Amino acid sequence: MSIFYTFMFLPIISAIFIPLLYKYLNRLVHIGWFVSLVPLSIFIYLLQYIPDVAAGDTYKYTISWIPSLDMNIISYVDGLSLLFGLLITGVGTLVIIYSIFYMSKIREALHNFYIYLLMFMGAMLGLVFSDHLLVLYGFWELTSVSSFLLISYWYERKSSRQGALKALLITVLGGFGMLAGFIMMIMMTDTYSIREMIANLDVIQNHTLFIPAMLCVLLGAFTKSAQFPFGIWLPDAMEAPTPVSSYLHSATMVKAGIYLVARMTPVFGGNSVWFWLVAGIGIITLLYGSLTALRQTDLKAMLAYSTISQLGLIMCLLGIGSLAVYFGPGESGTVFTVATFAALFHLFNHSTFKGTLFMVVGIIDHETGRRDIRYLGGLMQVMPITFTIALIGGLSMAGLPPFNGFLSKEMFFAAVNDVSQAGIFGLSNIGIMFPIIAWVASIFTFVYCMIFVFKTFGGQYRPEKLTRKVHEAPWGMLFSPIILGLLVIFIFFFPNVLGKYILTPALTSILPMMPISSYDVKISAWHGLNMELVMTIGVIAIGILLFKTTKRWLQALRNHTQGLTLNHLYNEGLSGMERFSVSLTNRYMTGSLRHYLIYIFSFFVIVLLGSLLLFHGIQFDFASNSAISIFDVGLVLGMIIAALTVLFASNRIMAIVALGALGYMVSMFFVIFLAPDLALTQMVVETVTTVLFLLCFYHLPKLKKSIERIPFKLTNLIISIAMGLTVTLLGLSANGHKLFEPITSFFENAYELAGAKNIVNAILVDFRGFDTMLEISVLAIAGLGVYILVHQRSKRREQRETE
Amino acid sequence: MKFTDVFLQTSTKILVFIIMTFSIFILFAGHHNPGGGFIGGLITSSALVLLYITFDLQTVRDIIPVDFNQLAAGGVIVSVLTGTASFLFHVPFLTQTFTYVDLPLLGNTELASAVIFDLGVYMTVIGTTMTIITSISEDEK
Repeated sequence: MSIFYTFMFLPIISAIFIPLLYKYLNRLVHIGWFVSLVPLSIFIYLLQYIPDVAAGDTYKYTISWIPSLDMNIISYVDGLSLLFGLLITGVGTLVIIYSIFYMSKIREALHNFYIYLLMFMGAMLGLVFSDHLLVLYGFWELTSVSSFLLISYWYERKSSRQGALKALLITVLGGFGMLAGFIMMIMMTDTYSIREMIANLDVIQNHTLFIPAMLCVLLGAFTKSAQFPFGIWLPDAMEAPTPVSSYLHSATMVKAGIYLVARMTPVFGGNSVWFWLVAGIGIITLLYGSLTALRQTDLKAMLAYSTISQLGLIMCLLGIGSLAVYFGPGESGTVFTVATFAALFHLFNHSTFKGTLFMVVGIIDHETGRRDIRYLGGLMQVMPITFTIALIGGLSMAGLPPFNGFLSKEMFFAAVNDVSQAGIFGLSNIGIMFPIIAWVASIFTFVYCMIFVFKTFGGQYRPEKLTRKVHEAPWGMLFSPIILGLLVIFIFFFPNVLGKYILTPALTSILPMMPISSYDVKISAWHGLNMELVMTIGVIAIGILLFKTTKRWLQALRNHTQGLTLNHLYNEGLSGMERFSVSLTNRYMTGSLRHYLIYIFSFFVIVLLGSLLLFHGIQFDFASNSAISIFDVGLVLGMIIAALTVLFASNRIMAIVALGALGYMVSMFFVIFLAPDLALTQMVVETVTTVLFLLCFYHLPKLKKSIERIPFKLTNLIISIAMGLTVTLLGLSANGHKLFEPITSFFENAYELAGAKNIVNAILVDFRGFDTMLEISVLAIAGLGVYILVHQRSKRREQRETE
Repeated sequence: MKFTDVFLQTSTKILVFIIMTFSIFILFAGHHNPGGGFIGGLITSSALVLLYITFDLQTVRDIIPVDFNQLAAGGVIVSVLTGTASFLFHVPFLTQTFTYVDLPLLGNTELASAVIFDLGVYMTVIGTTMTIITSISEDEK
């Protein structure tokens, strides 16, 4: 096992030691300090891959897990997984440092918090480095589970539990879909490895399962990355502690879907369904998220919808980038390679500025006790450093220079402009919608970023509305957002450092079929007066106008769209399903034994009679039957009369006696058919059961003892006749089809083999003695059962009397 | 029982022995003729029931001080042990065997291990039937 795996499993291994640390060291020092060393060391370890990966090398590591099933933990370090690995560990370190100051050492159950967080981190690392599809799925579900635990960290709150449940239901739904898609992919290619699938693309792309597999994989990606309409779990997940929101719901977990789409682009890309789903859903999510973010008054909810919208943007860019697979090497292909680059670039940028903003919200919440912008305002003079960081993050999210959001937004506009002129997949007709929607959504984005920054920090300072005495946050809390904020500015001025060492290698793993030259061209081309710049200027102008007039339209927007939410649909759907299944279950699980018997018998009749009719099984063959004697006829007539008497008897004594008569006639039959042992036994057993029936009758309660015949019900009549018919037909048909010689001849040697002249007895005690042994055990248990039932009852009665 | 039914009691005293003898005959005849442990056990129980009907529960219990639960359990144990004994001779579970022996009084007689197994069946059947019947009749209304 290589050193790589030591670092890969470090979070999960160290999670084991958290309770120990918590018990013995937490009194002295916040255990977050120890935890922060874990992602930091992995981050430093991963850094050393950068030069090699940038030079085009990749690394593959394997551990045998279940070799006989080809289940091995195969890890693959290439540009894409390294980008994600660095994000996970880098942001992870900063978030843990932040959480040291955010989470109280005394009041919080810190060991739970850090175990879940490390579990999540390990799952996320495993996910991005996995090359084996099923192992990837395993880590995928582990992220869902650990995220569920983290969202419900304050489990005594109802809203936390509900948010966690919602997130789990939706992401696991997608996870199962994705598993189905993975299995289809494995069936098509007969390999588990993503790399080998990419190497054998022609098998997969001409297969009938291609589209179903694609849809299932996309379901997983869309639910995890909160795309429309599955994004509704993300705002509810904001009940988690802010470090969790900042880490999982902005920088890492929600990007797992993005990672999956990027990873699968070489497999599915270049197909029109893929393009329209990824780019189309992405841009709808962008618009939906930005519009809904405007309606929010809670800062965290606003950021949640903003995350949804930004994820939509990245998804849309990935969809546009997949066109490069369609065009292949060449000029048009190169144009769309830029879109994929932009996706990666924005992915990185989003992690930086959204992490910053969440931490800022955490600080505001921590220092003022409020998260609602209607109560906040004028914090600029009290918290100048926080304000500066928020300004950097907010303006970067809005896409203004000199922050990194500006660069990626420009590239986004360039990509949507290009796609409107691509001229394939029906884009020549409605392709123009892409730039328009993107532009409108960017205006909304700009407006909510302004609201976020200036409604919180600008305006009047109203300390009376806040629950705590406000002052600047401690330096420890500010450390992480400052680092991220500096990164935001640094990337603006030196984007090519990031581009060359991290993003280009990632691009090579998403679009491996493009020539090397197509990656390098446009990374530096972020200058110049073009259509994109005009669009950005328009966004700023209209955005400022809208922000100045928010009083006129914002309240109206909030009021009018109250009922029109997907949440409403989700809640109604969920409770509707519950109501439906309850009513369905109540309808057939009536608790009445008669009904259950009707189900059992009808099922019996339908299956047996149905298959008899379906396979032409009703065939009679009376050739081998023996002759019918006058005794047989007489006895059968007698039995029919006795049976009818049981049915039509008007009191129970009569029914019991008729039943006894029936039993004796059966024993007569045994006599006629030469079965003396059976006749003897039947006679004695019949006597005993009749006596027991009479005993039961004698003990019937006096109160409800009404003497009446069996009430007539048509359903019962039909089912009983059908049942009798089925059994009769089955017996008669089976009788004519003796396929094998009976083995009776063997038992005829009973005297030689067992020393017994009575064959029946020899079979019972010698040839098949095992059955008899178990039968007498059954008998003994029945006797004990009666004994216990009767004696328990009399014991209880005695107890009642002594009381 | 308040009144004494002389006819019933007298005939019962004779009949019980006849029925008992018959049931034991049935038990041992089972190997070659109709009968066996099951039916033999049932007939023995019917003799006991006749005793219960004629006299009362307590009297019969004094005459025949047998715990029928234990009898049933003993029967199952006898049957299982007959099966297990075959392991001593390195043959499969429940392998039965028979042989002919010259006994002092009975002459050339067949001895079969299956009869011991049947004896277990017999004991279980008596034990169970009598447990059920005495339990129910002891139970007050």
